Amino acid sequence: MSAPAGTRGGPGIAPLAAGRRPTWGRRLRGRQDRNLWFGLFVLPFLAGLLVFVYVPIAWSAYLSFFEARATVTPTKFVGWANYSYLLSDPEFRSSLLVFVAFAVLIVPLTYVCSLGLALLLSGLRVAQAFFRSVFFIPTAVSYVIAAMIWRISFFNGGRFGLINSMLRQLGGSNIDWLGGANYGYWVALVSLRLWLQVGFYMILLIAGLNRIPQETYEAAAIDGAAGWRLLRYITLPQLRATSAAVLMLLLINAFQAFDEFWNLLSGVNGTYPPYGRPPLVHLFVISLGGSNQDLGLGGAGTMILTAIIVVFGVAQNWLTNRGVERDER
Amino acid sequence: MRAVRGRSARVLVVVRYIVLAVLAVLFLMPFYVIVRNAFASSRLIAAAQWQWLPDQWNLDNITQLFTNSDVEMGASLWHSAVMAVVQTGLTVVVALLAGYALARNTHRAARILSALTIFTLMVPAAVTFIPTFVMTSALGWIDTFRGLIVPGMFSAFATYMFRQSFLGFPKELEEAALIDGANPWRTFWQVVVPNSMGIIGAVGTIIFIGSWNAFLWPMLVTRNGTRTVQVTLSQFMTSQLVNYPELFAGALVAVIPVLLVFLFLQRFLVQGVETTGLR
Repeated sequence: MSAPAGTRGGPGIAPLAAGRRPTWGRRLRGRQDRNLWFGLFVLPFLAGLLVFVYVPIAWSAYLSFFEARATVTPTKFVGWANYSYLLSDPEFRSSLLVFVAFAVLIVPLTYVCSLGLALLLSGLRVAQAFFRSVFFIPTAVSYVIAAMIWRISFFNGGRFGLINSMLRQLGGSNIDWLGGANYGYWVALVSLRLWLQVGFYMILLIAGLNRIPQETYEAAAIDGAAGWRLLRYITLPQLRATSAAVLMLLLINAFQAFDEFWNLLSGVNGTYPPYGRPPLVHLFVISLGGSNQDLGLGGAGTMILTAIIVVFGVAQNWLTNRGVERDER
Repeated sequence: MRAVRGRSARVLVVVRYIVLAVLAVLFLMPFYVIVRNAFASSRLIAAAQWQWLPDQWNLDNITQLFTNSDVEMGASLWHSAVMAVVQTGLTVVVALLAGYALARNTHRAARILSALTIFTLMVPAAVTFIPTFVMTSALGWIDTFRGLIVPGMFSAFATYMFRQSFLGFPKELEEAALIDGANPWRTFWQVVVPNSMGIIGAVGTIIFIGSWNAFLWPMLVTRNGTRTVQVTLSQFMTSQLVNYPELFAGALVAVIPVLLVFLFLQRFLVQGVETTGLR
């Protein structure tokens, strides 16, 4: 085993032969310079994470206790004022409510539809790959372009647009989908995200279905199980790990929602209406979007959102682990 | 009894295909709308009565878009291409190295870094866009390719996927190379990487699509010098000068590269998900 030039010195053998304890430098580098190589391999990633994720978060946490308008250097220490302002701000609270509503709609709907598609495709003899591609391909489209189609051609609130055109043919009247006069914008938001992401989760669930051993189904079939009972007692329990991962991903992604809200609902030249504001949009509007940048407030908002998502993650972890333990007992 | 079951099973298969066909039409409809609008007239797009086909296919929209000085479509496509290609390449290299080291080491530093990676996976970059923006502007990187690309290239997701995949990679191959006198760096590039093209293709495709389609971060850090195609289209859509046929011609042009990448590489994506598994 050759050490790289410059770090020579009989790795592992010389100290033994000399009967001395290895020096600190020697120990730090590790057997066959393993630690040195480990450091070299992870250094770019670790440095990048620190510089562009963790140091900014720490700085932001620090800023959140200050008044920092239009500047990245704190001006006046205000303690928890930014936090208490946000938590008592009805707009911030309603943005959390928008997230909850969005998650309650999109997470179960996407899961059920993805699982439905995966089951529809499983065991198909002809054209399985074709249909899989058709359902998967919207994943490649950006939220900007999808929002463009939804906003202008499907859910246009004016007299044109496919949905209003169909409504009139059925004897109804135009609905102002995105204007905020009703909850029509939820239909557009949810159907757009559903179209765009359902194929991706379908692929994850197909992979999960393929990992269920065929013998399990055969054994159940011999016992006379079929249809719904197979789904209820074999497929869903065996799919538990994949389902947990899918649900967690869906929740995290719902929490990050920005693009389709912005592109469906924002008005002329980057103004955003007061309704339908998820947390990221609200945070953007109050801390970066407007004329008065308030980074102290933005920092406090970031901390609150990070805390919420960490709580979700820990809760999800705990629930899955408990599920696994219960299975093992 | 058996005959009845056979017939009902056959009916069920037919029903299944009918459902699938209807769903397929629904899923493809937005693509059709892009094409229809890209070759239609403004009048048709804003017509009260929905028309499935334009009266005549108008091929001028694309040329008009590229000569429209308010939109800068050509430059935006170039900025997006640079961003997506460079960011994909750098993200994959950084994450490959880290994922490999994390899969092959079990000492405390490796365990801590693995835990940190998973934690970062949970706290998505979008949630921390304000601090990262503050950092990027403090570095003076606003409206530069550095500012557009670098903050997003340390992907916990990619690192995690590679780590999972390398955990299942046979160590024997590497050990043979090490015994032959290659150092870990050479072993990695000459033995490990060439044997991992499947997962590299899968992760690379996901990163490329995410990068090409990114909106929030490019909207924050780009101005006239590096504006990407998604930001350009979004701003055109909400500007008072919007022209619908040109807008959708832009959507068509912007969606084609990523659809091609997707169609060619989706095999890797499906395999990648199956081998690393999100379990």
